[in-house]
Amino acid sequence: MLTNLLSGDRPRSLILTGLLLAILAALALAPFLFPGVRSLETAARICIFIVLVASYDLLLGYSGIVSFAHTMFFGLGAYGVALASTHMGRGFDALIVGTIAGAVAAAILALLIGLFSLRVRAIFFAMITLAVASAVAVLVSQLSGLTGGEDGLNYSIPRELTPAFKLGKLFGISITGKILNYYLVFFASLALFLLLLRIVNSPFGRVLKAIRENDFRAEAIGYRVVLYRTLATCLSAAVAALAGSLFAIWLRYVGPATTLSFEIMLDILLMVVIGGMGTMYGAVIGATIFVLAQNYLQNLMGVAASATEGLPLIPQLLDPDRWLLWLGVLFILSVYFFPTGIVGRLRAED
Amino acid sequence: MTTAAPDHAPKYAQLSLPDRIGKAMPLLLVPVLVVLGFLSIGSTSSWLTLTVSGLAMGMMIFIMASGLTLVFGLMDVINFGHGAFISVGAYVGISALVALESWTGVPSLLLNVAAVLAAAVAAMCVTGALGWGFERVIVRPVYGAHLKQILVTVGGLIVIEQMIHVIWGPDEIYLTRPEMLKGAVTFAGTAIEKYRLLAVVFGLVLFVGMRLVLKRTKIGLIVRAGVQNGEMVEALGYRLRLVFIGVFVAGSALAGLGGVMWGLYQEVITAGMGEEMMILVFIVVIIGGLGSVEGAFIGALLVGLLQNYVAFLEPKLALISNIALMTAVLMWRPQGMMPVVKAK
Repeated sequence: MLTNLLSGDRPRSLILTGLLLAILAALALAPFLFPGVRSLETAARICIFIVLVASYDLLLGYSGIVSFAHTMFFGLGAYGVALASTHMGRGFDALIVGTIAGAVAAAILALLIGLFSLRVRAIFFAMITLAVASAVAVLVSQLSGLTGGEDGLNYSIPRELTPAFKLGKLFGISITGKILNYYLVFFASLALFLLLLRIVNSPFGRVLKAIRENDFRAEAIGYRVVLYRTLATCLSAAVAALAGSLFAIWLRYVGPATTLSFEIMLDILLMVVIGGMGTMYGAVIGATIFVLAQNYLQNLMGVAASATEGLPLIPQLLDPDRWLLWLGVLFILSVYFFPTGIVGRLRAED
Repeated sequence: MTTAAPDHAPKYAQLSLPDRIGKAMPLLLVPVLVVLGFLSIGSTSSWLTLTVSGLAMGMMIFIMASGLTLVFGLMDVINFGHGAFISVGAYVGISALVALESWTGVPSLLLNVAAVLAAAVAAMCVTGALGWGFERVIVRPVYGAHLKQILVTVGGLIVIEQMIHVIWGPDEIYLTRPEMLKGAVTFAGTAIEKYRLLAVVFGLVLFVGMRLVLKRTKIGLIVRAGVQNGEMVEALGYRLRLVFIGVFVAGSALAGLGGVMWGLYQEVITAGMGEEMMILVFIVVIIGGLGSVEGAFIGALLVGLLQNYVAFLEPKLALISNIALMTAVLMWRPQGMMPVVKAK
């Protein structure tokens, strides 16, 4: 039963199993284990980023395709929900319509970009996705009449998902709509993650791996490489858009900085590589570590920076705003020394 | 009975006229775009201003893109860190200009241009050295693995950009151009900024110089042969590695030069400026065809001109216009206008 749920792709490492179970338990019981607005915010962000990073892993780790447009799809899903909620009024129908529209739009856009650039080399695809994604980001921030421009959009979601909706108490925690909303995010993320696991462990996923290893041979065996790559791109884009929709439902706000920026793209890259490319579980580990670090490590750096106040250069290097520097260094080192990331290391030890 | 070789008269087949036009097509695109711009803008003076600024922008983008495309053509390495070199070049150059206040503040053309040249040289030295280190530390372990190259050079981009914040602080820096490069000259009733003219001249000189080096010198011959077939060049006894490091350093230095020029053009520099420029640089490299200096030159002029014309006619569509241009070119020639590298 459990093996079926995981599509036969077991963690294959004792430590990894422990870590994954701990993360699952912590996320599943987050409202009760870590009460408080900020920790719930962090937990929801981890759920969403796990799905986003896992969908990126389907491209990068399993198909060997580098795309820089992943946040664009994420943003499409988020803006789908935001626009639907703005124009259709608050209600579950708006959420559903927006989510589906975002996912379909993302898949179609991915198909178009793929048709253009997947038949040539991987580098072409990387460059074209970068160009298209930045153009879309600029367009969104300029079309302020439709998208709210730089300020983004605030909208209402159904009352059942907001803190104003109260159900009563459970284990000393008052159950509000916010907690229901969290569980919506959690279960949707879990389902999407299991779906991705299903995809990469299917015959289709097997072909993707073959193409990653040697596209020339895969073509020679008779698989239409372009077709498979395009399909993988579309699937990955659609799942990223769904993650974006969840993000929009959770935050009740979308803006170019939170959904489309190149910084988020870099974050996704860092999470995939540090967690472990081509493992799916790497997305779980990577996203969890990264989001926790983003929220809590920076405070530590601030403490360290003020402790080293008198020294030259050290405080600037330890400044909380400079944490990307250290992540960048870690990223380069992991590409060289742990190409399979944390998950790969853990699996190698057993 | 003597056996004679079969009669055959060797013929040199001339390219047919359509073929020759097809080869020259990209060259015609720039004048076509200029004429189209003239027709759609209508007023001569605005058109002239926009054309000059478009050409200036194009030249600067070309300077940034040429190094990237050469490195790619020669060694099949894509360097996403190129954008960071642009920013570093701008910061170093502007710091040099600030240090040379006594030269930039006086209205003497000689001293002003000398200051700008000194800044450019400083920037090129630093980014060239940075490029040398980058190649040794970051790129060398991942030759031949595109996926890792992209990842690692993006990592390098992040680290260098963050280091700029550490060294120069997190805020953008505003600057003023040297005295004699401020203001505009009036030509045919149109005010044209002096600096833009300088940029156009500078870019042209650089392009002609690059072409001469590539076409007329032995090192250029080796570089071009290396792009065509590196293995063969090595078999003939040339140490292509050394040539390549030279090209990588030169390309990084050019990125730094482009950064200084762009910073003076915008009169503001930020650590993220290189990253923003990279998007245009990539579009140019894609349009031109990977590995082609001429293609990058034409592509850069097209992008610069189109961006300026469209920004005047429909401000919101400026960036989209470049994507549209890229799409159109790729529909016409999927490998870019003048690809040198065979699609592998």
